[in-house]
Amino acid sequence: MSKTFQHLVSTAVPIAIENIDTDQIIPARFLKATTRDGFGENLFRDWRFDTNNEPKKDFILNNPIYKGEVLVAGKNFGCGSSREHAAWAIGDYGFKVVISSFFADIFKNNALNNFILPITVTDEFLDKIFKAIETDPAAQLEVDLEKQSLKIVATGEEISFDINPYKKACLINGYDDIDYLLSLRKEIESYEASREFNF
Amino acid sequence: MGKTLFDKIWDSHVVVSKPGFPDAVYINTHFIHEVTSPQAFDGLRKRGIPVFRTAKTRATADHNVPTIDQHLPIKEALSRKQVEMLTANTKEFGVELYGLGHPYQGIVHVIGPELGITLPGMTIVCGDSHTSTHGAFGAIAFGIGTSEVEQVLATQCILQYRPKRMKIEVNGQLKKGVVSKDIILYIISKISASGATGYFVEYAGEAIRSLSMEARMTICNMSIEMGARGGLIAPDQTTFDYIKGREFAPKGADWDKALAYWETLYTDADAEFDVVLTFDAADIEPMITYGTNPGMGIGVTQHIPSLTEVDDKEKPSFKKSLEYMGLEPGSELLGKKVDYVFIGSCTNSRIEDLRMVADFVKGKKKAEDVVVWIVPGSKQVEAQAKEEGIDKIFEAAGFHLRQPGCSACLGMNEDKVPAGMYCISTSNRNFEGRQGPNARTFLASPLSAAAAAITGKVTDVRELV
Ligand code: SF4
Repeated sequence: MSKTFQHLVSTAVPIAIENIDTDQIIPARFLKATTRDGFGENLFRDWRFDTNNEPKKDFILNNPIYKGEVLVAGKNFGCGSSREHAAWAIGDYGFKVVISSFFADIFKNNALNNFILPITVTDEFLDKIFKAIETDPAAQLEVDLEKQSLKIVATGEEISFDINPYKKACLINGYDDIDYLLSLRKEIESYEASREFNF
Repeated sequence: MGKTLFDKIWDSHVVVSKPGFPDAVYINTHFIHEVTSPQAFDGLRKRGIPVFRTAKTRATADHNVPTIDQHLPIKEALSRKQVEMLTANTKEFGVELYGLGHPYQGIVHVIGPELGITLPGMTIVCGDSHTSTHGAFGAIAFGIGTSEVEQVLATQCILQYRPKRMKIEVNGQLKKGVVSKDIILYIISKISASGATGYFVEYAGEAIRSLSMEARMTICNMSIEMGARGGLIAPDQTTFDYIKGREFAPKGADWDKALAYWETLYTDADAEFDVVLTFDAADIEPMITYGTNPGMGIGVTQHIPSLTEVDDKEKPSFKKSLEYMGLEPGSELLGKKVDYVFIGSCTNSRIEDLRMVADFVKGKKKAEDVVVWIVPGSKQVEAQAKEEGIDKIFEAAGFHLRQPGCSACLGMNEDKVPAGMYCISTSNRNFEGRQGPNARTFLASPLSAAAAAITGKVTDVRELV
């Protein structure tokens, strides 16, 4: 997984399903690893493979027409379990951006902490993206983090998206939260000294 | 203007707040378990830093453990490795571990409260989304990812933006046969699995106030199932009575000082919420879910929505969900045969849950072709159940009381529901494959689950109590 994100032009993989929970993204039985690597293999495992480990033909990740570094999904993406393994699986598979009209909170944080950009768009724009890909699976999307813009290249339709300035700087420059928190050591210790009890 | 309880606690834990940056929030208690911590310890090792405050970190093994023969080595190699790694990591970094065989071992959200580690006014995190459970004590408690586990291990702080606040008031009184699990399943069915995303919820109202601590924990536990960051309930006499005398609770003069502080932990009368929702307890029936997210719930006597009742946009997901469940739109669940009954998980595996089930099944026998698993939330719950003779009641009914762990709440350990089978479960998630590949889950209360165990089918428990 790359440690920065700035700009991307890519085709996208559409999964027009709502409420995709992290148990679908990476089922619990694959959470036994003790490193962060190799989770991509089991991304959407039970949607991708049947019980005999044969690829399911009708699932989009098994359709070679659809590929790219952008995943587009229905609303409330990443709900459920807090497992960061979901973000690792998405990143390890090769996605750098996930687009939805709504993200679950913990997933969004986990994605950002792994330099994957979650982009929230309106329901209408999400529909437009799905339509554009339906019309032409080779349709490209352009993401510019500096400008906070997302464009459907073929039609030129563009919207801007929100991201908080701190996280934006982290992504662009490759810092993480621990670097920042470690720099606050003095403040943390003086806070502790001011509290009598552990609550 | 007054402050909400949430803001009182949050404000007193902000270490640094800079414009444009998330707040650095101090964490009083950090729980860890075997699944979401190995990569975090690895991160510390790579950076060459220790755990900053070992005394504020507690570990247990719960997700991956077997629930029978816990004295034997774990059979499954990867699970064993993960549990052994937790032992090695906690030893290397000097963190207290309540591992397999320890009298305090259990599901992380069950042991914190019962040991008196979870206290009002605290900030509590854990690499597990149901950390919201601890909010029942008037604490800010929420689940975090592994990168955040590493942050907290390294600095005892976490970076967070202040969520919006929502108040959910449940007024009036519950009807017979209706319990706290039904309240929360009802609320989620009304506001959907994403209805509280971005919010921290405070539960209030007479129906909430009259609940025991165990019942309050069930409600706060499932806050995450409507997308909320967490949920809390202002502490009161019920809370203080529950905490007093527990292993790690303050004692003597410390107790008095603590109590004086805890009594200030309530939402001021003139405080404002971003959203207020109000429900009437009397409207709530025993609930059951029919679909593959916890928002897909109905009263047990109601019908699954028919296709015409579902929004066009939601139709594909709705159809997919019912296909997975092997159910027809518009049909009813009452009388539907179940194959498994699971009573357990951090939602409903406390002593009070087991007592409620024991009371109900006393003198009854389970239906022949149903497998019933009862999994206590902790070693202490297990011991208490045995002391009270609850295990004997279960045995006589044909139930099996197992050993503590997450068990069939998630298809990770040995306890899985076989493909295609229906399980009525007191856990919190009915996602596809959650209880095992292609397993089908009906979420319900311990009472409703016990009723199904006796009749072998989805049953309106009110007819049996
Ligand atoms: S019992 Fe279930 S929900 Fe609770 S911590 Fe364990 S796996 Fe998570």
